Amino acid sequence: MQNQIIPDEAVISLRKVSTRFGDHLVHSELDLDVRRAEVFALIGGSGSGKSTLLREMILLQRPSSGTIQVLGVDLHKLGADEARALRLRWGVMFQQGGLFGSLTVKENIGLPLREHTQLRDGLIDEIAAWKLSLTGLAPEVGAQYPSELSGGMMKRASLARALALDPELLFLDEPTAGLDPDSAAGIDELVRKLRDLFGLTIVMITHDLDLLWQVTDRVAVLAEGKVQGLGSMTELQKMDTPAIRQFFDGPRGRAAQQQAGQIPTLVASPF
Amino acid sequence: MKPSSVPPAIAQPTSREIMLSGAWTVNGVDAIQSQLDAFVPAQTALDVDGAGIEALDTAGAWILHKFLARLRDQGAVVEVHNLRSEFARLLEVVAEHVADQPAPATSKSPTGFAHIGRNTMAGMEQTVALFSFVGASASAFGGCLAHPSRFRWRAILFNIRSAGFDALPIVGLLSFLLGIVVAYQGADQLRRYGANIFVVDLVGLSMLREFAPLITAIIIAGRSGSAYAAQIGTMSVTEEIDAMRTIGIEPLELLVLPKIMALVIALPLLTVFADVFGVFGGMIMARAQLGVDFSEFIHRFAKAISVTAYLVGIGKAPAFAAIITVIGCFQGFRTKGGADSVGRQTTRSVVQSIFLVIVVDALFSIAFSALGI
Repeated sequence: MQNQIIPDEAVISLRKVSTRFGDHLVHSELDLDVRRAEVFALIGGSGSGKSTLLREMILLQRPSSGTIQVLGVDLHKLGADEARALRLRWGVMFQQGGLFGSLTVKENIGLPLREHTQLRDGLIDEIAAWKLSLTGLAPEVGAQYPSELSGGMMKRASLARALALDPELLFLDEPTAGLDPDSAAGIDELVRKLRDLFGLTIVMITHDLDLLWQVTDRVAVLAEGKVQGLGSMTELQKMDTPAIRQFFDGPRGRAAQQQAGQIPTLVASPF
Repeated sequence: MKPSSVPPAIAQPTSREIMLSGAWTVNGVDAIQSQLDAFVPAQTALDVDGAGIEALDTAGAWILHKFLARLRDQGAVVEVHNLRSEFARLLEVVAEHVADQPAPATSKSPTGFAHIGRNTMAGMEQTVALFSFVGASASAFGGCLAHPSRFRWRAILFNIRSAGFDALPIVGLLSFLLGIVVAYQGADQLRRYGANIFVVDLVGLSMLREFAPLITAIIIAGRSGSAYAAQIGTMSVTEEIDAMRTIGIEPLELLVLPKIMALVIALPLLTVFADVFGVFGGMIMARAQLGVDFSEFIHRFAKAISVTAYLVGIGKAPAFAAIITVIGCFQGFRTKGGADSVGRQTTRSVVQSIFLVIVVDALFSIAFSALGI
């Protein structure tokens, strides 16, 4: 919040990023920019390298070649201290939550604060309880252990932990995967709310068409190691690349578009 | 978060005005907390001027919110001016989401008798669960005996290899060293009485009757018992056990019975192996320290050590094997929750199986002496 929002400024930029596992080329000279305060989604079939790309952005993996800049810092030339400082500026929500099983939910959320600030324990607990309620969880959940939570609660708790240090950048790995439609809709709304409230830049991997239509500003379609298409869902819809068509032309794709009001439903009009 | 340059501050130029300034962020707000707590409003109408606030994050907003809420609770009419619009917005959000802080769970740590009682109940519950697990395994075994095709021979053979054959080097080495130690400890005493040749009785009886079965069981409890607990524990955390049940495979038949049968076969064999190496270690020490050479040693061994001593030793091994596998598998099945639970149950399985092995060994000794064996 202490940063002014400069529209169109790139928060993440990838240049000529290539990744190979043995003989298998996952990304070949891929370029990508994520702008400040946008909700950005990576989509693509399984094995298209979305997760690998995300892991490379959050310093869990290194590309074979190419440069990645996040928040103006070049990930390639990073020392241990700089890496640590950078890690405090983003939050990551993992697909399975990644909550620590030996800590309660509230302790999980308070952990980054306990590690990286000098706040008093009482205050940390209060802030953790507040973040919990921000993500829509009941206060009692704070005292529970992750193994006692349902899938949707786990994702919300994980999101609350990702938000603990007020990050500028939020990475979400499949935020709605494995959730019932109701909880998924709740996550849609939460993502939107967070972006509006804090001016967060959000990068996510998702297959959820509703989430894509309702929340994202721009979407990149990954296939064959490259970005096949980039733009808002409405723009992507008009593109002809097979990898993109595949996404929109399935029955589920059409249903989600209708719901988002992009295609008129087939109701006979009097004229 | 970037380190804030100006620490947060609060000032009161007139009794009506409160001026806030600086960066109210997670790195600095701790300092202001005590000042805020000590603040006493001079009158009921207060104007808070937030123009000086340069940065505000959720931690800062939370503290500010608490402060304002306290003033209002004390009956003051507080108005906030000149706060930057995004900060004002954040403050609103904080106010919206104020969770009714649940009262910190007042579970007093149990004292004295309550503590003893709780532990006793937990211990009893576990004992009952252990017996029912033994019962369930026995009935599964009975079911398999009625339909021998349900025995998983491949799994049994695999377990014999992993728990038995693969453990040969470590069992051999440790019992060899144990034989050396026993002979070495006895050597001095025996030499004093000129009873050098009795080192054979010492090494032979102690290795065959006690040390070889015990050291083998302890090694296997640490090596295989822990592996059983960890394997089954991880499988129950990842719902593999439930999946097995829904597919119609009885987990006891697939996971427990082959392990018990394999170890009941393998542990006596390992004990024989340990006997050989232990006595061999003693032999080497006897020659080096007491001048009892190999042929003399073996001649005396045949006379002094009865077959009973050998059979008593390996006869205990199947009982130890059953204890190790049953405890390992039982603790594995009791795993609930996540990764740390797997670790806890694995530790428990090793501690309990070694404990029970030694207890049962003591019971065997009492029984044998009563029977005069």
